[in-house]
Amino acid sequence: MVGYVTRRVLSAIPIALIAVTACFFILRLAPGGPFDGERALPPTTLANLRAHYNLDLPLIQQYFIYVGRLLQGDFGPSMVYNDFTVAQMLWIGLPFTLMLGFSAFIIGTIVGLVAGALSAVNQNKWPDYVLVFLVMIGLVVPNFLMAAIMQLVFGVYLDWFPAGGWQNGSLAHLVLPITVLVLPHAGRTARLMRGSMIEVLGTNYVRTAKSKGLGQRLILARHAIKPALLPVVSYLGPGLSYLLTGSLVVEQVFALPGIGKYFISAALNRDYGLVLGTTILYMFIILAVNLLVDVIYAWLDPKVRYS
Amino acid sequence: MAGITGKDAVLTEYANRLETLDAPKGRSLTQDAVRRLVRNKAAVLSVFVVGFIILFAFVGPYLLPWTYDKIDWNNIRQGPDFEAGHFAGTDQNGRDMLARIMQGTQMSLIVAGVATLVSVFIGVIYGAVAGYFGGKVDAVMMRFVDIMYALPYILFVIILVVIFGRNPVLLFVGIGCLEWLTMARIVRGQTLSIKEREFVEAAKAGGAKPWTIIMRHIVPNLTGPVVIYATLTVPEIILTESFLSYLGLGVQEPQTSLGTLISFGSPVAETLPWMLIGPAVVLVTLLLCLTYIGDGLRDALDPKDR
Repeated sequence: MVGYVTRRVLSAIPIALIAVTACFFILRLAPGGPFDGERALPPTTLANLRAHYNLDLPLIQQYFIYVGRLLQGDFGPSMVYNDFTVAQMLWIGLPFTLMLGFSAFIIGTIVGLVAGALSAVNQNKWPDYVLVFLVMIGLVVPNFLMAAIMQLVFGVYLDWFPAGGWQNGSLAHLVLPITVLVLPHAGRTARLMRGSMIEVLGTNYVRTAKSKGLGQRLILARHAIKPALLPVVSYLGPGLSYLLTGSLVVEQVFALPGIGKYFISAALNRDYGLVLGTTILYMFIILAVNLLVDVIYAWLDPKVRYS
Repeated sequence: MAGITGKDAVLTEYANRLETLDAPKGRSLTQDAVRRLVRNKAAVLSVFVVGFIILFAFVGPYLLPWTYDKIDWNNIRQGPDFEAGHFAGTDQNGRDMLARIMQGTQMSLIVAGVATLVSVFIGVIYGAVAGYFGGKVDAVMMRFVDIMYALPYILFVIILVVIFGRNPVLLFVGIGCLEWLTMARIVRGQTLSIKEREFVEAAKAGGAKPWTIIMRHIVPNLTGPVVIYATLTVPEIILTESFLSYLGLGVQEPQTSLGTLISFGSPVAETLPWMLIGPAVVLVTLLLCLTYIGDGLRDALDPKDR
């Protein structure tokens, strides 16, 4: 198991490096720069600014400087928000994004698993139909629309929860954003769980268990749940990247101070450091979770460990 | 002729029928699939609804008194008004909402079509090549897919779109390039089993080149899973497009798409609800029906799960 984990960690390093490189060069080869404004800067000022941020060096040299600093944990300065370094801005936003993302991830996964399993056990009876319909709604209503509906219904008309803002993380301010993030994730998880559970419930060993007189609860707990979880577990990695993408929207709609809030304006402003920093941070979270998912997968399915 | 047992009578009847060339017909796999699809009421209904939405988007604009970019100075921010011909109201600029919804639906459908083709094209060729050659080629190619899976690629698309401008073609291709990964995996898996079959061996023995074998013998046999997965990709693509449009990275004014309309409608939904309800209903209905069709096709063509 230790060997397997080490191998996975090592294989994540080239992935991260390739992504950083691709992102760096895409950004730099694009037209425009961080100092294009409505009014052109005087040439000497521009030259000084460019020299200050090393933008006058050859691209390859800039790349090595950036990667070198990155390895020491230095994300460089923000070129638009002059008073902050990228690390400072990300450091402020990170706890919000992580808390939002992971609460939604955990709640959504649990809700999805339970709903999917219930649906499969009651296949083609009314609880199944109700759940399948709810799952469909979660799947097809885009998160930005769901956010608007939630704000309107629960924030404005019913006035149960505040429609936006943060207020030092009071629970009431978190309910709507987390719900918006949970619904699609729970929907996808439930759909997968239902499908794989139905398949498992039709296998010979479940039939054997039934015919030797085991109760349904025991069959589910001992024989059905673990194999049914496999496809769901392999979805959790991509599921998390969906969630983080969703958090881009949710942070904007509900005016939350996470790291996704600046991403789009930073890309528009060509704030190279901030865009790269945000992308790298997102990628780091996703790689870490994928790693975790692989380890769980190996624990569930011994075949993976030794291949 | 009939013997003592009833069996003979049955056989005789059968023989007589064969004489008159009225033989019982077997059902082909395709006929079976169609029968299963037709029995799935949700899927059939969805096909009609999607057909109606396509007509709505492409024919509808010709039946309206207003075009999507025409400003009616007398009716700005007005609710549905049948006398002025604004059946779904007007926006803050006095443009007819129904015409804009039609234009937006059109844009979403076009993006979905083109991007699906792009993703099918890349995914099928990539997956078939990886599966056919196997070994090291396969390992490297699939490792690349794994890498792409691990990346927050929506961020890359956002960067691409921001940097190279809001070019619709780029939007199509960008989204298409995003969605081919799963297709490549599915196609590779199928190819691995197809390439062991006799007809591929025969083609090899006949001296066919790998490219010919892939395109002539393997790809046509992938139709089933590719069709299923492509149908399931369409709603994903519409969602991605509306997501990018919502963030303001989609098509440019005065053109619009469903995501753009929703992003303009949601901040004012309290006072001008018609600006949100129309596009939202069309988008959700479209996505719902496409998902039902995809599911129906999967159940019909791949009856493993039943």
